[in-house]
Amino acid sequence: MNHDHEYTPSNGLTKWLDKRLPLIRFADENMLSFPTPKNLNYFWTFGFILTLCLVTQIITGIILAMHYTPHVLLAFDSIEHIMRDVNYGWLIRYIHANGASMFFLAVFIHMFRGLYYGSYKEPREILWILGVVIFLLMIITAFMGYVLVWGQMSFWGATVITNLVATIPIVGESILTLLLGGFSVDNPTLNRFFSLHYLLPFVIFGVVILHIWALHVTGNNNPTGISVKDSNDTISFHPYYTVKDLFAYVVFLLMFSYFIFYNPNILGHPDNYIEADPMVTPAHIVPEWYLLPFYAILRAVPDKLMGVLLMFGSIAVLFFVPWLDTMKVRSARYRPTYKIFYFIFLVCCLLLGYLGGQAPEGIYLFLSRVCTIYYFAFFIAIMPILSKYEKPSAMPIGISNSAIDYNLDVDDNLEADDNLEADDNLVPSGNI
Amino acid sequence: MKLSKIILILFSFVFISNTNSLLAAGGEAYKNLKPGFSFEGPFGKFDRESLKRGYQVYSEVCASCHGMKQLSFRNLSQPGGPEFSIERVKEIAAEYFIMDGADEYGDPVERARIPSDRFQPPFDNKDAAKAANNGAYPPDLSLIAKARSDGTNYIYSLLAGYEEDIPENISIDDALSYNPWFPGNAIAMAQPLYDEMVEYTDGTEATISQMSYDVANFLAWSAEPTMEERKSLGLIVMGFLSIFLILMFFSVRRLFEDVH
Repeated sequence: MNHDHEYTPSNGLTKWLDKRLPLIRFADENMLSFPTPKNLNYFWTFGFILTLCLVTQIITGIILAMHYTPHVLLAFDSIEHIMRDVNYGWLIRYIHANGASMFFLAVFIHMFRGLYYGSYKEPREILWILGVVIFLLMIITAFMGYVLVWGQMSFWGATVITNLVATIPIVGESILTLLLGGFSVDNPTLNRFFSLHYLLPFVIFGVVILHIWALHVTGNNNPTGISVKDSNDTISFHPYYTVKDLFAYVVFLLMFSYFIFYNPNILGHPDNYIEADPMVTPAHIVPEWYLLPFYAILRAVPDKLMGVLLMFGSIAVLFFVPWLDTMKVRSARYRPTYKIFYFIFLVCCLLLGYLGGQAPEGIYLFLSRVCTIYYFAFFIAIMPILSKYEKPSAMPIGISNSAIDYNLDVDDNLEADDNLEADDNLVPSGNI
Repeated sequence: MKLSKIILILFSFVFISNTNSLLAAGGEAYKNLKPGFSFEGPFGKFDRESLKRGYQVYSEVCASCHGMKQLSFRNLSQPGGPEFSIERVKEIAAEYFIMDGADEYGDPVERARIPSDRFQPPFDNKDAAKAANNGAYPPDLSLIAKARSDGTNYIYSLLAGYEEDIPENISIDDALSYNPWFPGNAIAMAQPLYDEMVEYTDGTEATISQMSYDVANFLAWSAEPTMEERKSLGLIVMGFLSIFLILMFFSVRRLFEDVH
């Protein structure tokens, strides 16, 4: 498909608009003709999927807020009112509740993809950091949203998690009071959580725009991790990746629909269908499944403050990944040793998720500790050490040229980004 | 594939350690019986006659202690439920009374309930409920089938599972009853159902098992009156997506044919 790359306004109106507010030019450059590596696999479809997840959550959330009442005496019943009396209220709510789970599922895959293919490395450090900011905001937003249901797990989860703040020396108690709007989880807590739960998605939306902006400055990474050299390496975003992403999204939607229509409560906890009761503590207080790995880290440490620090540290460490892993070769495809440690890391994270749902005793506690140590060791020790000593395997010369480059000069392959900027006239290579 | 082996071993290790702990916990509560309900599965619909009988058991037996505050009488006639006729629902509602508004002197007025009213609560408040039940609060049943793991089967097992003979190694407080399906085995609710306790209007024999089954069915419906609608809409959505998926699959293939 050889189409004229440069956007040219075709009629009077668009010419007039182009001189004043080049909206169409902007859309064309960023969404249609944007040069994208031609070898992206299906792990690269999750950015698109995540954007739609956010939009879905915002739209369903706005509708839910029209029917929801943020008051301790009415919140639980207002949700049942949505489920029973509002037209298709059950659908909107199940989309929103399961949508949160789907959002996290997609974001985990998206992040593990970044870790595998080295998408955080030069020049994509800020892109990665913005992603971690989004992830952090997502966790806070999801946690607050879960509290709004005002079931038993909402209430007790909120009590356990907000009390972590109290472990901060000196100022902890004061911050906790401010956070709760009192001395325990009560109506003021519910009110501020509702307000923030409505606000934060729009903050996320803003950071997502920055995230996509940063992506469009550096361009996509790709499975080889080799930088795009010329227009032979790329195809236009539309129609190639719009169609491919949409296909992946339909697969994703099918799985999503299964949960909405046939198993809408499997990802939640039965106790959250019991209205919050400050006088009755549930046997096991567990967060939603996507927070279980962090919960496991929290409970792996005997000291409360250390547990809290490690839990926040497990996310904080992600900010430093671009400077912990300084290996020039991006993709784990050409890093046989890193690949092994990466998969052990993946298993550790899954295990932590499982362990977060078990009582912290015996073998579970022991495994939580082993996995927690490995989690941090992977970033703080393994990444820097491998950066120094690992010998990458032979790499192809470029994205389009699969000939193996035996005289491995990594710098030539990976630092071609200046060329990319110089080459303004990228033409998609595929022909239709 | 060394790596996949390691992963497999790790997972089986976790799995085995988990089943061990499950076995160790045995004797706590029995595994739920599975009598089999018509609403199970992706095409499942409620058995309307069983729902009607279930409502009868609820209103004649359970309702003396347990409220269902999320339900209105009109729900009983809506599609996907017991589907009583609107006339029958009006009759049912009119059997109950509610304090509603004030007369010209400002005195509270009592009137018969109408279909848009909620079910009648058995007690004025929680304290009254506790006082009448030996200090134990009979939970609201509107959502009970969703508020317990494997709720419908659990309710059936619990109601049909009272045993008179308490095993020797277990001691139960006099105020409590023994039920091996209840977590902890000592339940504050005395056995609520006995054979022929209700007289079914459709002539079905009212055994303990039959009444337990019908009321469990009714509670499954009341926990989610929109279940039939959900499943039938799901079929349309997933059918559409599947066809769309096939089209998209060939579109991607055709599109990337020439990309090398």
